Amino acid sequence: MALTLQPNIPDQDGFYQELLAVHDGLDKAESDALNARLILILCNHIGDREVIAAALRAAK
Amino acid sequence: MTQSRYRLAFELYPYRKVAAQDAPVPERHPIVVVGAGPIGIATALDLAQRGQPVLVLDDHEGIGEGSRAICFSQRCLEIADRLGCGAAMVEKGVVWSVGKVFHGDDRVFEFNLQPEAGHKNPAFINLQQPYFEKFLIDQVRAEQDRGLEIEIRGRNRVTALEDRGDCIALSVDTPDGPYSLHADWLIACDGARSPLREMMGLGFEGRVFEDNFLIADVKMTADFPTERWFWFEPPFKDAGQSALLHKQPDDIWRIDFQLGWDIDREKELDEANIRARVDAMLGPEAQYELEWTSIYTFQCRRMERFRHGRVMFAGDAAHQVSPFGARGANSGMQDAENLAWKLDLVIRGLAPEHLLDTYSEERVFGADENILNSTRATDFITPKTEISTLFRNAVLTLAHMHAFARPLVNSGRLSVPCVYDGLSLTGEDRLAGAPARTRPGAPCVDAPLRDGFLLDALGSGFTLLALNTDAPQTFSEAGLDVAQLALGADDDPTGALSARYLGQAGAAVYLIRPDQHVVARWPAFDETATRAALRRATGQE
Repeated sequence: MALTLQPNIPDQDGFYQELLAVHDGLDKAESDALNARLILILCNHIGDREVIAAALRAAK
Repeated sequence: MTQSRYRLAFELYPYRKVAAQDAPVPERHPIVVVGAGPIGIATALDLAQRGQPVLVLDDHEGIGEGSRAICFSQRCLEIADRLGCGAAMVEKGVVWSVGKVFHGDDRVFEFNLQPEAGHKNPAFINLQQPYFEKFLIDQVRAEQDRGLEIEIRGRNRVTALEDRGDCIALSVDTPDGPYSLHADWLIACDGARSPLREMMGLGFEGRVFEDNFLIADVKMTADFPTERWFWFEPPFKDAGQSALLHKQPDDIWRIDFQLGWDIDREKELDEANIRARVDAMLGPEAQYELEWTSIYTFQCRRMERFRHGRVMFAGDAAHQVSPFGARGANSGMQDAENLAWKLDLVIRGLAPEHLLDTYSEERVFGADENILNSTRATDFITPKTEISTLFRNAVLTLAHMHAFARPLVNSGRLSVPCVYDGLSLTGEDRLAGAPARTRPGAPCVDAPLRDGFLLDALGSGFTLLALNTDAPQTFSEAGLDVAQLALGADDDPTGALSARYLGQAGAAVYLIRPDQHVVARWPAFDETATRAALRRATGQE
């Protein structure tokens, strides 16, 4: 499976609000740690090393 | 004495003393509207056109200056059209549909609001608010000439009100001193700072946004296209965190700069400072005049409910949103159309009084949708924390290269009318394979007919729209008359009517409310179901 870089999330504004709401009340270090945990969780969900590698390249 | 709070663009209802001011017993009116702004006038017009006498009180003698609300949506134009002044708005307005979003110097995103043809009205027009208000008042004058009972009293300021159970007693101040009036029903359209809301001690809760926006309306002849241009982190000097450029009629361009919270208002409004910002944006050779400037802050909030006994609140008096998305005046017009037919039926005794509670139910639902959208846009445009700024900038950076990030870019989700999904008056959907956009609760989508357009053909009462099938020519339930509009393939030259109302279905009957929202739909006429839907739509079950 190839990395999807086309829009893929329904209700994108609701998703974005939910993503930021999880950071409410956190300081920068706590937010950074949360982001790291989130990335690891999502990478594990994807599982496919080629897709993850492509995502890493797209983000760089 | 009545003090003026603002300067006028047009003096349209100068104070004149009326007999009621000397009457020994307070004059009684079925409907008094407080506030002659666009929502008050639209509500008054709609009610007067339904045969109700309406008195409008305003504490000024005309329309305030300043372009203010400049963006009018398709649904707003459709409502204005039904009231008789939509064509004047479209003729004067600047039609636009393309928006571009920039991040610094780079264009990251472009949208087109109406790729779809087959609507009488454009997706959006830009028009200075005073013109919009003037066209509504012109329509009032035309209705008065036709003999409709609609009266506007300028420099009549309500100073107190008392709910007497069977009426509202009003104290009104004028240049000739105070007098009293009694109103069976009172509609408060007296703006975001609503004095009536204050007098009644009602809350107005929500979020305050700590940011100042500078508006500079500049008059110039320039060859920028007629598009909405929005910048995150604008590349020009001192433009603040975001900027907007948008064209209005009369060669006027609206420029907005986001200045932040801690500013010196006086200094920022100084002409030399405004010119320095505008010069940096437009280039040193740009020739322009400053037409109107203002600094505004905003809040997103609403009243808990919009009906309090005999008093109904509409427009900014009932709800306030940020300007991103053009959801203020446009949603107020939807309040007006929602309230007018319901109050008319209640006064005529054709619907129970609690139908008015559904005005609050439906428009609170609409206000929440608008507040949600405008709050999200505001949070994206003006991130409040380090982490939200980080994510916002990550989205903008990714949006340069990757399509997936572009829908996340939020510079305002532009006003669309809300669908009253699952609310008290909304009926059943029995039409398999039909498009979601015209489902029960939705406002009818326009479509071209052989002659003219669908929304014009619907009129302003209840209508049974029969497509490729039959429905009775005349139909009535509990004193309510329902008009019939039967259309077939011959009436649908472009196929848009079928695409928007039938989808996979071969035929359909729609029951449509006076405000052109769909009540229910079926594959064929069903008398029992239609009667039940009509009772439901008028609060009778």
